Amino acid sequence: MLKQCEGSVAIAEAVALCRPEVICAYPITPQTHIVEGLGSLVKSGALTNCEYINVESEFAAMSVAIGASACGARSYTATASQGILFMAEAVYNASGLGLPIVMTVGNRAIGAPINIWNDHTDSMALRDAGWIQIFAETNQEAVDLHIQAFKLAEALSMPVMVCVDGFILTHAYERVDVPSQADVDAYLPPYEPRQVIDPDEPVTIGAMVGPEAYMEVRYLAHAKQMQALELIPELAAEFKAKFQRDSGGLIRTYRTEDAETIVVALGSVNGTIKDVVDAMRADGVRIGAVSLISFRPFPSQALHDALAHAKRVITIEKSLSVGIGGNVSHNLRMAIQNPQVRMYTVIAGLGGRAVTRVSLDRVFREAMDDRLEPLHFLDLNHEIVDRQLERERLVRRSGPVAESVLRDVGGVTAGIK
Amino acid sequence: MFEVRIHGRGGQGVVTAAEMLSIAGFTEGLWAQAFPSFGSERMGAPVTAFCRLDEREIRSREPVNTPDALIIQDPTLLHQVKVFDGLAKNGYVLINSKRSLAELGIAEFLAGLPAANVMAIPATELAIKHVGRPLPNAVLLAGFCAVTGRIRLASVEAAIRKKFPTAVAERNIAAAREAFAMVSEARGGQGTQQVTTAEGAKRHAEAV
Amino acid sequence: MSGPQRVKFYQTGTFTVGNRLLDISVRSIQSDADRHNSLNSGHRACQGCGEALGARYALDAAMHAARGQLVVANATGCLEVFSTPYPESSWRVAWLHSLFANASSVATGMAAAMKVKGRTDVRVVAQGGDGGTVDIGFGCLSGMFERNDDVLYICYDNEAYMNTGVQRSSATPPAARTATTPAVGPEPGNVFGQGKNVPLIAMAHGIPYVATASVADLRDLEYKVARAMEFRGARYMHVHVPCPLGWGTPTSDTIKVARMAVECGLFPIVEAEYGEIIGRRELRQRIPVDDYLRTQSRFAHLFSSRHLGGRDEARIAQMQAIADRNIARFGLMSARTAEKVNA
Repeated sequence: MLKQCEGSVAIAEAVALCRPEVICAYPITPQTHIVEGLGSLVKSGALTNCEYINVESEFAAMSVAIGASACGARSYTATASQGILFMAEAVYNASGLGLPIVMTVGNRAIGAPINIWNDHTDSMALRDAGWIQIFAETNQEAVDLHIQAFKLAEALSMPVMVCVDGFILTHAYERVDVPSQADVDAYLPPYEPRQVIDPDEPVTIGAMVGPEAYMEVRYLAHAKQMQALELIPELAAEFKAKFQRDSGGLIRTYRTEDAETIVVALGSVNGTIKDVVDAMRADGVRIGAVSLISFRPFPSQALHDALAHAKRVITIEKSLSVGIGGNVSHNLRMAIQNPQVRMYTVIAGLGGRAVTRVSLDRVFREAMDDRLEPLHFLDLNHEIVDRQLERERLVRRSGPVAESVLRDVGGVTAGIK
Repeated sequence: MFEVRIHGRGGQGVVTAAEMLSIAGFTEGLWAQAFPSFGSERMGAPVTAFCRLDEREIRSREPVNTPDALIIQDPTLLHQVKVFDGLAKNGYVLINSKRSLAELGIAEFLAGLPAANVMAIPATELAIKHVGRPLPNAVLLAGFCAVTGRIRLASVEAAIRKKFPTAVAERNIAAAREAFAMVSEARGGQGTQQVTTAEGAKRHAEAV
Repeated sequence: MSGPQRVKFYQTGTFTVGNRLLDISVRSIQSDADRHNSLNSGHRACQGCGEALGARYALDAAMHAARGQLVVANATGCLEVFSTPYPESSWRVAWLHSLFANASSVATGMAAAMKVKGRTDVRVVAQGGDGGTVDIGFGCLSGMFERNDDVLYICYDNEAYMNTGVQRSSATPPAARTATTPAVGPEPGNVFGQGKNVPLIAMAHGIPYVATASVADLRDLEYKVARAMEFRGARYMHVHVPCPLGWGTPTSDTIKVARMAVECGLFPIVEAEYGEIIGRRELRQRIPVDDYLRTQSRFAHLFSSRHLGGRDEARIAQMQAIADRNIARFGLMSARTAEKVNA
């Protein structure tokens, strides 16, 4: 049904349509509305045959999901930011055990400094945890990716993280077509586990594995993600046939055919980028964009094919790998292989800093004029950081960094220097 | 694209106002996007929310920096927050105040705007009268309908019914109607009313 | 606790297990030829491992109570390591190991899955050592209690992190020497802290059943597991399991040392329902803590202090005070035992 609603509400409805059997709920902004919504659906009786468990931490949330999934129940939880780090050990464990848990991540920054706003640092911190990571561009795609995620996870016996930009999507009201139960049922078959804790056929799951087999087990996890490179487009095609919508897949290209400059990004910022691409195209600039939907597995071949003809590739990244720069661009360099392609990493939107069309337009043009440095921080206030660096040069006890910066920002805003 | 920025304080239904406006837009067949300026949820803190309306898919996710219309739910913000930043040259301004525009002392910000585009509405008083609580959001949306003519009052009423339980919704609608009439009268006649698309006309008819 | 205590299974002089023949009706589950062997022989536990013994008895009793419909979540630790290296798994029960700190949460998930699948006949046990229970897994444990999830959690308490080489846990007794509380300096061994009595904390959650048990009295352990399985909701058992390696005791003395811990009052055996104590095992032959502490090299410094003339009276007195407090608090002395001690 087509409706105007909050992203979190739509996601909760989509998850409910997938008939989860165990849901673990722990509040952390900005995913909270999702588990609240599911709680209402269970409590009101709209979602039946489902155990909804209010756990005492994110670590417990993932652990309960592990226990439930291992017993053959379709299991779901949602988290964000500090929450995913708090459950990190269990996140690795779920994938190591090959349990097809689906988890929404309402993407948000990581402290310190504490910051509740959107960026991708949380998901990126767990990018090597063995989970499939797919990023939604719109709330419609968030809805659709959840439905695909359960099918993907269960087909591969591997957990899937659906990454949804915190606030920007989770708290946005927009037009969403929520599918019917009958259509979702026809798309998503009941969960048939590959392994299950069953008293009638007792097995040991989670045994210690030594050097003689550990590498093989890990390799198989990688091999499964390589299988996902085939399966993700298949499931998206199947989804389109059923629901008449393009959602998911590995990547989505936008006006890239003849583009000399191609912008690559994850998640909702692709919408803003497309608007900038259209405006620049109207000026005769040959620019296009690629929305990277699947970050794990990383679709190297698909990206190679999409970007092969570009002169330059600009990656807009909402996370910073401190000490090197971009996480996505680093992976992208491996995919492109062509040293002739100039690559720019633009770190943008950290901690909720708005990524504006004006700023994007500026860096794209600077890149096209080869005036952009290889690693650029969008709208970074250099005056502020220079002040702090100078302070640290002059004084040993320069004080807490965040508080010093805040004081300077306040002063600058008020015009006091 | 028509962009609206709503300023108010936590507890005044600022975010709800943007959401209702988006529902009203959707009711008329438009694409609509509403989102808050994400902060901690504290009563009384300045809050900003945004709403975009368009006849095609809205893709941009940046905050509304160049609004076509401003709705100011709390006039005490006028001198604390840069509420007028980026306002379009022919933009609209709705202020919740029982005082006149002249009394509010914001002439410098309003200079250049068409006089008919600016309106102060005693929204809190109307809300207390009808709803019993100082929640000015529905009243101001009615004012928005009357002043901009972008959205029909009936669509806002449909949105109010979606967001509130029946009894509360009806009281808010009564307040909204009085505000709409008040503004229309002040403007010397009916508020502008039009449905933007054919799809919208159909959905609008269903909703009303 | 009337059932198992009628038969006295050890000789008061030697503290070892008696061998009297019993009528078939009162024989232990473990003596049944059709026992489940949930933790089968051939595992890699040390000689004299109290935990292996406790786990075998506890799980077979749980299997018996659940008519074979049992699933187990296991925390990381000695028990998990010595039992699993595949393909030599010793588990003849559906068994899942996830992490160190989360056995109780994993068990919650297992119980939820069984419930949603209509398999309410399947019962869930979670188990771990004192590190995984009293320390790192404590948050998850408390959450499981508070929600009253349908899980029996069994802690096998050997009073330190034995798997990693005997480091102090918050279940380590005061004065005990571990790798992280060495017997050096003016205050050798573990600190005299405030203690962390998890059975009492479990009781404070008001859960249906809490019991302590010891491998010194395996029939009592079996009885309590069976009793625990009669309840639905969260249940907790804290089982005292000596570790010859960590405690520095002969591998042949595990039962004896465990019994001395009980008889000196340092490990009280109690049973509680819905937050109230309903049973206690009275001391049969009260002994001073000296006798118990002397059996273990982890306390050797108390009896060989160069500074204090060979005997650390103050610390031993503090240990005795802990035992005395337990005896008074839980009413572990019957009139008869008190008479004997006074005589």
